Amino acid sequence: MMILAGAFVAPLHAQEAAAAAPRATVAQWSIITAGFALAFAAAFGALGQARGLSAAVEGIARNPSAAGEIRGNLILGLVLIESLVIYVLLVSLILFFVKPF
Amino acid sequence: MDKLEHPLWIVQAVNAALGPLVARLLHALGRPVPHGDVIPNYLVMAALIVLGWTILSLIARSTLSVENPGRLQILLEDGIAAVQGMLHDYVGQKGPRYLPIVMTMFVFILTGNLMGLVPGLMAPTSNINVTFGCALTVAVYYHLQGVKEQGLVSYVKHFAAPPGAPLFLAPIMLPIEVISHLSRVLSLSLRLFGNIFGEELVILILFSIVPFLVPLPMMFLGLITATLQAFIFVLLTTIYLGGAVATEHEHEEHGEMVAGEV
Repeated sequence: MMILAGAFVAPLHAQEAAAAAPRATVAQWSIITAGFALAFAAAFGALGQARGLSAAVEGIARNPSAAGEIRGNLILGLVLIESLVIYVLLVSLILFFVKPF
Repeated sequence: MDKLEHPLWIVQAVNAALGPLVARLLHALGRPVPHGDVIPNYLVMAALIVLGWTILSLIARSTLSVENPGRLQILLEDGIAAVQGMLHDYVGQKGPRYLPIVMTMFVFILTGNLMGLVPGLMAPTSNINVTFGCALTVAVYYHLQGVKEQGLVSYVKHFAAPPGAPLFLAPIMLPIEVISHLSRVLSLSLRLFGNIFGEELVILILFSIVPFLVPLPMMFLGLITATLQAFIFVLLTTIYLGGAVATEHEHEEHGEMVAGEV
């Protein structure tokens, strides 16, 4: 019975300890932010690239003789999308390593 | 960030040989002398690329022949022909005139990217100073060529009122165009730097988790990234050049290709 009571009391103690602990600092928040930013950037960048890629493949399947030109435009578009993700990667890297605060 | 790099013997050797001289020069010019390596890694690596390609080109030149070209000659000729074809596609009739700088950029960046995968060397393009230098060179060059081709007045007018836009939009168009041209430098340099540095970081992280065989697929991916990024840099350079040197009557055929991209 005492052990059971202890098991219920222990989380309460833990909660008090957590409340007494210092709040998350700017550094911790920036690491969380950097991770989420990169995840979102990669997800939506991949979505955009997938749309472009599927359209290009469809175009090549319909008209194989235009493959060269479509491929050139596809690479250009993919790179312009990708560079936005790379910007977010750089922001995250700055937050991780340079710690500008 | 500095902890990610380890001392390279070739950089140590160059610093031992030329370091005191450069330090004295910097001191004489009134610049602060860095402690540690006076000549940074990326400068040594960039000089190495220049040296290597000079030697390779001299070797290729000494064995040039029309009847039975060697392997090296065929490889270099194919590369030049590919870049020449790209210039012809995107710039037009006068494209091959800009072959030297475009080919130099391609060779420098490709070699620089691939150097990161060689043990004992590092990729100079994983440093933002080098990529920013490349992008700045390209930007200055295409503006100069544009002024040379169209004249200063019509080149600036081309900024204020692009063909097809009415003149009263000039107060809006001019800042937009200036910002877009400045962002080209930023995007060119940051794209190359981010790709190469990010790829090296991924390989490093995988190495720190499992230092055997697991980073190999990533290194193969790095091979593709290196080639693709060099190609992309040159492709965008060519497009910017094409946009800058296109004269009025050529805009009808090249306009839609140049418009609408950053």
